[in-house]
Amino acid sequence: MNSDFDKQHPGPRESASASSPVVGTDSRVAGRRKFLFKLSIAINAVIGLLIATPVIRFLLGPLRPKGTYDTWIPLGKVDDYPAGSTLLAFFRNPTTNPWDGETGNVACYVRRQSNDSFTVFAVNCAHLGCPVRWFPQSQLFMCPCHGGAYYADGSRAAGPPERGLFTYASRVDGDTLMIQAGQLPTLANQARLKSPGDCPGRSSASTNFQLVKEIAPCRKAPNTGTNEPTIG
Amino acid sequence: MQESSKHWYERTYDWIESRVQLADFVRESSAHPVPSKTASWWYVFGSASFVLLLLQIVTGILLATIYVPSAGEAWNSLQVLNHQLPLGWFLRAMHGWGSNFMVAVVLIHMMQVFIFGAYKFPRELTWLLGVCLLLMTLGMAFSGQILRFDQDAYWGLGIGASITSRMPIIGDQAVHLMLGGPIIAGATLSRFFALHVFVLPATMLAFAGLHVWLVLKLGINEWPTPGRLVRRETYMKEYHELTHRDGIPFVPQAIWKDAMFAAAIIFAVAFCAAVFGPFGPTGTPDPTITQTAPRPDFFFLWIYSALAFLPPSVETPLIFIAPVIGLGTLFALPFIASIGEKSWYRRPVGVLTLIVVAVGLATLTHLGTYAPWSPHMSAWTADEIPDRYVHGSTPLERQGALIFKMKQCHNCHALGGLGGQRGPALDSVATHLTEDQIIRQVIQGGGNMPAYGAALSPPEVTAVVAFLDTLHPPNQLPATDASRSIAETDKPAFKEPVESTKP
Repeated sequence: MNSDFDKQHPGPRESASASSPVVGTDSRVAGRRKFLFKLSIAINAVIGLLIATPVIRFLLGPLRPKGTYDTWIPLGKVDDYPAGSTLLAFFRNPTTNPWDGETGNVACYVRRQSNDSFTVFAVNCAHLGCPVRWFPQSQLFMCPCHGGAYYADGSRAAGPPERGLFTYASRVDGDTLMIQAGQLPTLANQARLKSPGDCPGRSSASTNFQLVKEIAPCRKAPNTGTNEPTIG
Repeated sequence: MQESSKHWYERTYDWIESRVQLADFVRESSAHPVPSKTASWWYVFGSASFVLLLLQIVTGILLATIYVPSAGEAWNSLQVLNHQLPLGWFLRAMHGWGSNFMVAVVLIHMMQVFIFGAYKFPRELTWLLGVCLLLMTLGMAFSGQILRFDQDAYWGLGIGASITSRMPIIGDQAVHLMLGGPIIAGATLSRFFALHVFVLPATMLAFAGLHVWLVLKLGINEWPTPGRLVRRETYMKEYHELTHRDGIPFVPQAIWKDAMFAAAIIFAVAFCAAVFGPFGPTGTPDPTITQTAPRPDFFFLWIYSALAFLPPSVETPLIFIAPVIGLGTLFALPFIASIGEKSWYRRPVGVLTLIVVAVGLATLTHLGTYAPWSPHMSAWTADEIPDRYVHGSTPLERQGALIFKMKQCHNCHALGGLGGQRGPALDSVATHLTEDQIIRQVIQGGGNMPAYGAALSPPEVTAVVAFLDTLHPPNQLPATDASRSIAETDKPAFKEPVESTKP
């Protein structure tokens, strides 16, 4: 049917020179087409910008004003945590999707110094976020990644971390322990909490008091461990 | 007449070719002359990288037919691939080993290009695209490790988020953008899936296509000869003469080595996949399981090691400035050293730099494989104290050995080659620390050791120090404090031996 075409293998230059009529001889027509070409680019640029705006807003979806991810959530009964102990506790992150599975769970260490004094530590090492492990025998948190170690009160004991363990703000509500949580604790959202108020070992109630009353520097973390009773 | 004498497949070929008109281009490209010395085994790594990219795309698509990019299901779908689908494990292994081979071959390709001076005029852009391709290859390796979505992937993201959080001012928001939300969860996996499956492969194919196009247009880099300098004015003419005086057609005289090596590499990937099997997944990505020691994949171990050695005071600046300097140097290289010698015999600085960088990265990677800076979290229950260290010991010393285990001392201090390497091995500690010094070290810590004064009762300190004081070779006495014996000779009534804890 079109075997002639098949045999000829016409090259683009060949066919162009043979058949394309030169329309743009009229300079007015040529000028109008040039203008329309530029106009088409301009219109596409405007449409592109219009579409880019919602796309960028969509991509920036996870951004929220500071602290809005955090809410107060219960962490079980106060009596679940015996005084003088440090226990691993879990909670479901306040914002999750149904398909998050077990990644929607968060672990933390609850240390009850006395009847009404709690400190809730994040498991994430203050160096690079690896999960620290609590050793009650030696009263130390040890990190498996780069060898960070912390005393029972969360203050830095050894290794590369520059500061003590991250803490969640906590309070006792009736017989329930409440903590303020909702996002991965990192240096960006935890570093400012250390000063003026939230020194390791200081209870959250007094933290709030401190924040209102004065800007007091944290007292230097003792490097002789804690007065916790030891096991074994 | 002529038309009907052709076979049906020839007619089909003609029908298609008359439309796409690619035959001339392909013929010209394959027959283009290359300098005869470049038909070398040193020139096969670029094509091998591209073949590996294609292999990754094919195996990746096959895995995507089963894999579920959901935080709650990804790990389970990998278990199905590993254990239930016929040869699912093999495809996972091919993809995993293909990834390792690809990073390795791309790095070798880059070293070869560097040492042969191929980045010089007029191939600067080819080098820049190559650097981008290396970065994207590493990006694919990292995001692929995340899609495995096991404990290592989860905590690897944690490390990534912690590094990101150190960015000044925007750190917090950058973390949320990276994770797709406030925590490492479903949204995080989904965005890394999009990156790994759509964004990066498409960009890589485009960049690799342009990279190869430039090689075709500018010609393959000639074999460097000492004394033959690159000059902007004359290079193109010289290269043209070289390829026509001493040139061979790329197909078939040079390409057979590429094809042979590609086959060998693909076979090597399949062989490793069949023998060593797939990578992981390790434990489930459950953040409540803290009994884990996350490690990155092989090609990121050097970063993991470097982060253990950075001094805290300069850590954050270095994390952000060092990559800028490193990448800046790579991007600036073809403009800094655009002309001149290509031969490694006349480029001592370049060769030495390459050696130093390679040895540095290899050393850090090797350290990363056993991470001596990390406590061995299970040493206190898993590793034993050698018999000879407690043989014939007193009850007090034996109690001390027990405390050495119970208080996790073994996690950081090795005895008889077992245990952690964070602190010094204590096999002969008594020969260089006196009893008093050991007591002080245990109670107050120091030198990157936590203070155990609060975690040990006085009798426990006495016992563990008694045990440590027995740790010396039989022919070498424990260290003693000379001033102590002098002090004791001054008091004639006080006649106890110097080593007071010894019976």
